[in-house]
Amino acid sequence: MTDAISTLGGGRPVSIHTDDAAKARLKTRYAAEMRFKWLGAGAVALAGFFLVLLLSTVVTQAWPALRMNYLMLPLDLSAAKVDPAKLDGFDFQGVINDALAAEFPDVTSRQDRRLLRGLISTGAGTFLRKDIAEDPGMLGTTVDYAVPLDDFADLYLKGLLADVGTDEAIATTVTPSGTTGDIELTFGDDAMLALARGHGATEGENGALTLTSGAASLLVALNGGTVKLTALAPGDGGTVVAKGLVIEALDSNAPAATGQAALRVIDTPESSRKISDKEIVWLDRLQSEGLTESRFNSIFFFTGASREPELAGVWGAVVGSFLTMIVTLAIAFPIGVSAAIYLEEFAPKNRLTTIIEVNINNLAAVPSIVFGLLGLAVFLNFFGLPRSAPVVGGMVLALMTLPIIIIASRASLRAVPPSIREAALGIGASKVQTVFHHVLPLAMPGIMTGTILGMAHALGETAPLLMIGMVAFIVDIPGGFTDPATILPVQIFMWADFPEPGFQQKTSAAILILLAFLVIMNAIAVILRKRFERRW
Amino acid sequence: MKKLFLTASAAALALAASAGYAAARDQIQIVGSSTVFPFTTAVAEKLGQGGQLKTPVVESTGTGGGMKLFCAGVGENTADFTNASRAIKDSELETCKANGVTPVEIKVGFDGIVLANSKAGTVVDVTKEQIFKALAKNVAVDGQVVPNPYVNWSDVDASLPATKIEVLGPPPTSGTRDAFVELVMDEACQEEVKAANEKGCGEIREDGAYVEAGENDNLIVQKLEANADAFGIFGFSFLDQNADKLQGSKVEGVEPTFENIASGDYGVSRSLFVYAKKEHVGVIPGMEEFIAEYTSEAAWGPDGYLADKGLIPLPDAERATVAENAKALKGMGS
Repeated sequence: MTDAISTLGGGRPVSIHTDDAAKARLKTRYAAEMRFKWLGAGAVALAGFFLVLLLSTVVTQAWPALRMNYLMLPLDLSAAKVDPAKLDGFDFQGVINDALAAEFPDVTSRQDRRLLRGLISTGAGTFLRKDIAEDPGMLGTTVDYAVPLDDFADLYLKGLLADVGTDEAIATTVTPSGTTGDIELTFGDDAMLALARGHGATEGENGALTLTSGAASLLVALNGGTVKLTALAPGDGGTVVAKGLVIEALDSNAPAATGQAALRVIDTPESSRKISDKEIVWLDRLQSEGLTESRFNSIFFFTGASREPELAGVWGAVVGSFLTMIVTLAIAFPIGVSAAIYLEEFAPKNRLTTIIEVNINNLAAVPSIVFGLLGLAVFLNFFGLPRSAPVVGGMVLALMTLPIIIIASRASLRAVPPSIREAALGIGASKVQTVFHHVLPLAMPGIMTGTILGMAHALGETAPLLMIGMVAFIVDIPGGFTDPATILPVQIFMWADFPEPGFQQKTSAAILILLAFLVIMNAIAVILRKRFERRW
Repeated sequence: MKKLFLTASAAALALAASAGYAAARDQIQIVGSSTVFPFTTAVAEKLGQGGQLKTPVVESTGTGGGMKLFCAGVGENTADFTNASRAIKDSELETCKANGVTPVEIKVGFDGIVLANSKAGTVVDVTKEQIFKALAKNVAVDGQVVPNPYVNWSDVDASLPATKIEVLGPPPTSGTRDAFVELVMDEACQEEVKAANEKGCGEIREDGAYVEAGENDNLIVQKLEANADAFGIFGFSFLDQNADKLQGSKVEGVEPTFENIASGDYGVSRSLFVYAKKEHVGVIPGMEEFIAEYTSEAAWGPDGYLADKGLIPLPDAERATVAENAKALKGMGS
């Protein structure tokens, strides 16, 4: 140490780390600093990576849910079909089914009709009834109406259901033996045999092959129709004779020239997908005729919950969240801020207030489910308030948010310099005037920030609401504080639990909406702080 | 600022006060099993779509929790229906009666419990005994009851694949777990284990071979997709809806299909119930309509919308009897 000083005293600008040991020590110190910097940067990068990963997964999952496929059908609403005097309990779904059946006059068997009806959402009739109630002018005319498709049909058109392949021209002639029912197709060469073998066909005698529902589906499109191959066998002179089931009637049984017929291979066997070959053919036909239309998914944003993925919306949960938050704010904000003002400005500093202070800090750390149990025991069982109501949910969440608001408010009251209070008291203001005219307005931005963050925290809670019946399937959109309601996080939780694959996209889309709410609330908190914060 | 506080506090008080005397309930409240939940919600929605009645509120509280709420008493603050993935217990029926509640039992259908794995894995054919050996906490080896020593499926039986035993299944709070224990573990229980500890049959190993995957069956489906060697235990409706990703294992040589469960050939299936509160009929609007909707052919029939959701319908004759008893509001124990 003395060496270093004497060197400095020499007046020459030399390094104070002269000997090798000192240099080595310096090196390790620099190395430690670099290590820490890199570790810190690495931690931030890792966190950022996971955030991006999470957000991109949610966004890519949610993206398809923002649009939905509709079927444009001409609906006959003339007086002969729909009697304007008897609209209550009228079977509007039937009108839509008839219009769809008119598009497919070939589909006649009961089972196929049922399959065809399944392409359309079971809630389509309800929408039609609502639209007619709003616009009775639709009655008595034929209108082009957008009918929501069933979730599986919708997912198929979005390309999310299964790998369904594309049409490829067949490089030989194909001769059909008929136009409907079970027919035979004669292929000019034997390329089809190898192809079928490669796609899971079962071997039979003499080189014959059968295609069961456990194998890939081979669909041949020719002469304006579609045939599904069920069995193949080698024919005379290098040809292949295939048995097939006509899904869509052929225009004629004329031979199709080379390149005129097309083959489509669907690798996923029919038995293991949720959409059959027939439905695929029908949907493709509707799509090629321009009858399907992809639209903004207004159902998702403006309706309540549903068991059918295509009919499920978040609006009920958004309204429920809003009502709950109003109650929470109306209770937690005035009580929390009053408590903070009293404790900070008026209460004597004694043992009792210390105990209260410690307990408020402890309350902020109590698991939220405990507040739910409290709500069940006190609000429901003792006061007899209704189950599943936003008013009870709001009160429970208010209890949970109170400590957060009190702590934040006290901190920002304490941050107001004593000189403000002394000056106010000095010119003769009373204690109450000092607090409410001078201290509180200056502390307000901090209090607001704390409150908004507390509310954002409450918005994301589900656990306390489990006990008071707000984790429930509620279809009707709540109209008041005592109507049964659910909230956004609960809706997400329930959708994640439903078996239908269509709910997966809806879950992600609802997560995005909840995230948007949280980001907006946090942004408001930041803006308030930046705008009104005073520094001394 | 002070005024704002006063008005806000007054508003809060008024709110709390107005909630005190809620208007007479005009909406059905349903609680109970999470297994029956997907079916009851579908019926509830259909009832609401009719436009005449409000859509019932359906909560998923588990069978036991539902029974507790349902049997708590008569009045607007108690539930009107409860879903159950097993029949009501005698003790629960007694509680109900003590509180003046007469339950009307409606058996709505069957549910199969399946052991399934990813399509990337192999289909296995297991017996209940093999499942017991693979999953029980204690098994008998050479007449001695020891902690489960089996690591691979092939250790249990040479016919099974030589992959690690890894089964994702429901936690003890779940009704599916109760039914699984009752239908598989208790039934195939080894004599030695039963003799050592009467309750030992239902104990499932805790050494990591059985993973409690929570109540969220979708999560199990996702995990099975990622791991071809793992198996999952869940309700048939999840297998039905995810047929493109999963395959059900044969149990005692029977494949878990809609037809096999309906006919009773598949051994691991249970009955599902809905209980109605007789005292609320005529008080809460829509009770009778809800029962009628649930027991209509369009709902629970073989071609009904509940079958699309994965509910296995009762045989025709039984449906007719159950529907008749339900319509007549034939109470239990009366």
